[in-house]
Amino acid sequence: MATPPLPPPDPQFVLRGAQSAVHTLHFCEGAQGQGRPLLLSGSLRGLVHIWSLQTRRVVATLDGHGGQCVTWLQTLPQGPQLLSQGRDLKLCVWDLAEGRSAVVDSVLLESVGFCRGSVLAGGLQRWMLAVPGRGIDEVQILEMPSKTSVCSLKPEAQARLGMPMCLQLWQADSSPRPLLLAGYEDGSVALWDVSSRKVCSRVSCHTEPVMGLDFDSQEARGVSGSAEKALAVWSLDEQQALQVRGTHVLTNPGIADVKIRPDRKILATAGWDHRVRVFHWRTMKPLAVLAFHSATVHCVAFADDGLLATGSGDQRISVWSLYPCT
Amino acid sequence: MDPEVSAVRLTVWEAVHILSSSEDGGRIFCTLGSLKRYLGETENPALPEEQEEFARIHFSTFLRCLVGKLSPDWLELLPDGQMEELWASFFLEGPADQAFLVLMESIEGAASPSFCLMKMVQLLARFLSVGRMAAVMEGQCRQQAGPAFPLLQETLLTKVVGLPDRLGNRLQRENLATFFPQNYFPLLGEEVLRVLQVVVDSLRGGLDCSVSFLSQVLGKACVHGRQKEILGVLVPRLTVLTQGSCLWQRVCWCLVERVPDWAMEAVLKGFVEAAPGPEVLSRLLGNVVTKSKKAQFVMTRKLLFLQYSCTMPMLQSLLGYLAMDSQRRSLLMQALKELLETWGSSSAIRHAPLVQQRYISKAILICLAHLGEAELRDSRDELLASLMEGVKSRLDSSLPPVRRLGMIVAEVASARIHPEGPPLKFQYEEDELTREMLALAMPWPAADGPSEAGLSFAPVSGETPDRETVDRSGPQAGPEGSDSELDSDDEFVPYDMSVDREQRSSKAPSYVRGCLEALTGSEDWERWEAALWALEGLIFRSPAATQEVSMELAKVLLHLEEKTAVAGFEGLRQRALVALTVTDPARVAEYLTAQFYALNYSLRQRMDILDVLTLAAQELSRPGRLGKAPQRGSPDPGSQPGGAVVPAWRAVVEERIRRKTRRFSKGSAGRAPAVGPNEFNSVAGYFFFPLLQHFDRPLVTFDLLGDDQLVLGRLAHTLGALMYLAVNTTVAVPMGKALLEFVWALRFHGDAYVRQGLLSAVSAVLLSVPAERLLADLLDELLEARSWLGDVAEKDPDKDCRLLAVKALLLLEKLRDKLLPLSSP
Repeated sequence: MATPPLPPPDPQFVLRGAQSAVHTLHFCEGAQGQGRPLLLSGSLRGLVHIWSLQTRRVVATLDGHGGQCVTWLQTLPQGPQLLSQGRDLKLCVWDLAEGRSAVVDSVLLESVGFCRGSVLAGGLQRWMLAVPGRGIDEVQILEMPSKTSVCSLKPEAQARLGMPMCLQLWQADSSPRPLLLAGYEDGSVALWDVSSRKVCSRVSCHTEPVMGLDFDSQEARGVSGSAEKALAVWSLDEQQALQVRGTHVLTNPGIADVKIRPDRKILATAGWDHRVRVFHWRTMKPLAVLAFHSATVHCVAFADDGLLATGSGDQRISVWSLYPCT
Repeated sequence: MDPEVSAVRLTVWEAVHILSSSEDGGRIFCTLGSLKRYLGETENPALPEEQEEFARIHFSTFLRCLVGKLSPDWLELLPDGQMEELWASFFLEGPADQAFLVLMESIEGAASPSFCLMKMVQLLARFLSVGRMAAVMEGQCRQQAGPAFPLLQETLLTKVVGLPDRLGNRLQRENLATFFPQNYFPLLGEEVLRVLQVVVDSLRGGLDCSVSFLSQVLGKACVHGRQKEILGVLVPRLTVLTQGSCLWQRVCWCLVERVPDWAMEAVLKGFVEAAPGPEVLSRLLGNVVTKSKKAQFVMTRKLLFLQYSCTMPMLQSLLGYLAMDSQRRSLLMQALKELLETWGSSSAIRHAPLVQQRYISKAILICLAHLGEAELRDSRDELLASLMEGVKSRLDSSLPPVRRLGMIVAEVASARIHPEGPPLKFQYEEDELTREMLALAMPWPAADGPSEAGLSFAPVSGETPDRETVDRSGPQAGPEGSDSELDSDDEFVPYDMSVDREQRSSKAPSYVRGCLEALTGSEDWERWEAALWALEGLIFRSPAATQEVSMELAKVLLHLEEKTAVAGFEGLRQRALVALTVTDPARVAEYLTAQFYALNYSLRQRMDILDVLTLAAQELSRPGRLGKAPQRGSPDPGSQPGGAVVPAWRAVVEERIRRKTRRFSKGSAGRAPAVGPNEFNSVAGYFFFPLLQHFDRPLVTFDLLGDDQLVLGRLAHTLGALMYLAVNTTVAVPMGKALLEFVWALRFHGDAYVRQGLLSAVSAVLLSVPAERLLADLLDELLEARSWLGDVAEKDPDKDCRLLAVKALLLLEKLRDKLLPLSSP
């Protein structure tokens, strides 16, 4: 290659003012459905900030977790409703419509771990929520908004998977059965059939706890990051069996979060080594190493238009525009 | 007297008489026709005795007479060129040797540009083209009487081989292409082959023949430097001919053995060059090395030790040839012993050119590849002894290429000579040369196997499985990236990912003092490492705090050992030391220079001191240093430790080139050169003079003038660099004076690296000290230096030394040119 590589990119802009480590990020459509999306961030001190990407200022601050770390944020498609999970063992449902910011409901959690929840919002009114359950290795499935516990997924006792570390609910286009991908403390990823409460398949892809995973349901391929020095790419065949397709060795150990961009072109990882790594999703070719943050990167998030936001322990949120969506 | 014989004589006399007096074409034609009877080949040939007498006694006389008659009028006595045809036929059909001699004689005797000359030359060309030269040589081979006419043979030999030269001299620009050496000698080769064929045939027929005339022709042609032309024709044909035939082989061996001693070298070298491999060489030469002393000398000594012009294929052919026969193998062993001895002799290492050392090393490796384990075991002790001595003296050398040769040969040789012993292993960088040498050391295939066939098969069979695996792996990779070809990744051009490195611990100290503590007392290696990484930046950020602890820090850094495998440890330590020296130049430089001559340091540390001083001086003297931020950024752990250390003086030289090169066209576009006083000015003395103080006083552990000449070489280079960096300073003049004295004291040092350092130091003096001051204060030293430089430029065995001396002389010239216009008005 004669041409020298492009110099590493710079962030498009940086959001300061979270005033504590940023642990989760989430993009949502603006309230009016037009203009640039909003960015939600959850901080170590329990605050949820809503940022306008237009003015790059905080639009609103939500305080609902009593100063405990907010680990997960998710908006629901029906109405501007926000879920926030905190380490105060509460999962709050916020109503953000028309500028409101009030907790309309909350779920008490029974696990003190760092495991983030996951939602499957198929229908308009009812949606499914997966959260870590009471038992140390359990995952609880709730039907919302009624908060009825549908089931609790508990692996066989001799499996010794440890705690669930990350969850992802999804539903194949072809079948109505909801499925759950869960990464466990022993480094394995398991696929649960929620309705039958059975593990369809399980694959050990890491030697350390799985810290984050994301799944591309169209290609039936997923990626997971763990505390070790490698990313694992696995796939799901027609028999719903997981297979490791390959691992990608990283320079430094520790991946806090993995996200695939909605257009499934690239993926980003949040590294404990302060760096964000960007890969080409299909080939896993490394594309960029974003060395902007000066502390552990806790979370990455992609907007529908391809914008990448990364939140870090250095209290900053950086926003990047790489490889624009076509 | 026999009346029959005198009849021949009478006929000839009469013919000569008629030729000289008559103008009648018909009569002359008849007379000549009658004489043709004596050449045979007519319907009515003369008696064999008459033919022989004519050929022996009268033929040359008659030919001379014919030559004398040659003129345009005479040839036109008969129409249609009949006369010319008849005239030429005597030369082309008569005894070839005499015809040839007469032709050559008359060509040389003829008036320069004349009709006659041109006719003769054309005739000679025809003579050659119809293959009469073979007849000339064949005649010599058939002579049973042996050296009956040594004088004639000698003359023939001279004329046959010297033909191109003679004709070239004679004809100057009118020379014909046939007589150009590049055309003539291949032709001669063809003719030799034809004669050899005749010889072989007649040997088959039971007739005795001698090839010694051919050997002489071959020898003489080779001595004339025409090996390529003549052997280029002979060797390929002989290769084919000798393949199946013992007789041909014997004739060929004979041909080589009969080559006179004075031509043996040229012939053998030509054969070695032209033969495609040892097998062919062995077939063509036979055991000539055991039969001829001269041949043995040429093959085992001259081509190996006294010359080093052979290419690697030649060398391989030569040594392979020695290895191919049991009678010759002892010679190979002998050669290996002598090669190793030469290779290991410290005087040879010092005085032989590097190219020759490389040549000998390669020859050793080839010998080792050819010799079997049992043979090596028989003389293991002897071989090991000379090998070990050689390794020692080579590793002592301060020239890296010499050291590396030592390492490579030692590794290979020790593994072959003493395979059971622990293997020697050195660290050296792999490059073209090492790969070539290691390839040479590959053991040769079994001696009797036809290696040509093996070579031609090996690549084919080696390649096919590769291609298969590639093909097979293609579809396997398919499912993952099958459609990646369809929509290409062009839009996903990777960014530069060089920042992606191993993360360092976050426990780095934030203050210089913290670093000091971490580096001295800490058992926490992560912290130790982080401190090392952070140190340079911290020093630059807080110069005041650094100055408080500069001495302690310098001490710690100088004694720092690599306790964990930190990538780029050497570089980090060096950069920190340089930063420290730049921040507090006077005190740290004073400390470092004092430590240079202190007792308990390793050579590595002493050389580090020199490097640090150079780099710091360079940083201090950089113009506009204060304006810019100090060069920061973590060193590249990818680079080898010490990689940055070696070319310190090179960096200086490069910077010199950069600074001396003006690019007029870009003048305004570039940023303005930073200006400012040379910061090195005030502290140059601290850097320079203490280094000069004790070099001649040996310590128990450190003897610059003795074994530690590597450090002395470094010291000389460092002093040169410091001198150069002190340009435009007030202290430059005393520095130059002291440096020239230093150079003077060491100018006859035996080590090339030291001399290189001294020479670059002289150049630095010439560059840095103002011209007027040079002339006023250093005149005597300069004159002395000049004569020394002249000597070195002419006689030094080291190429780089000669080059540096010439450069210094050029600088002196330039200086004189600069001064002359000043002094003339």
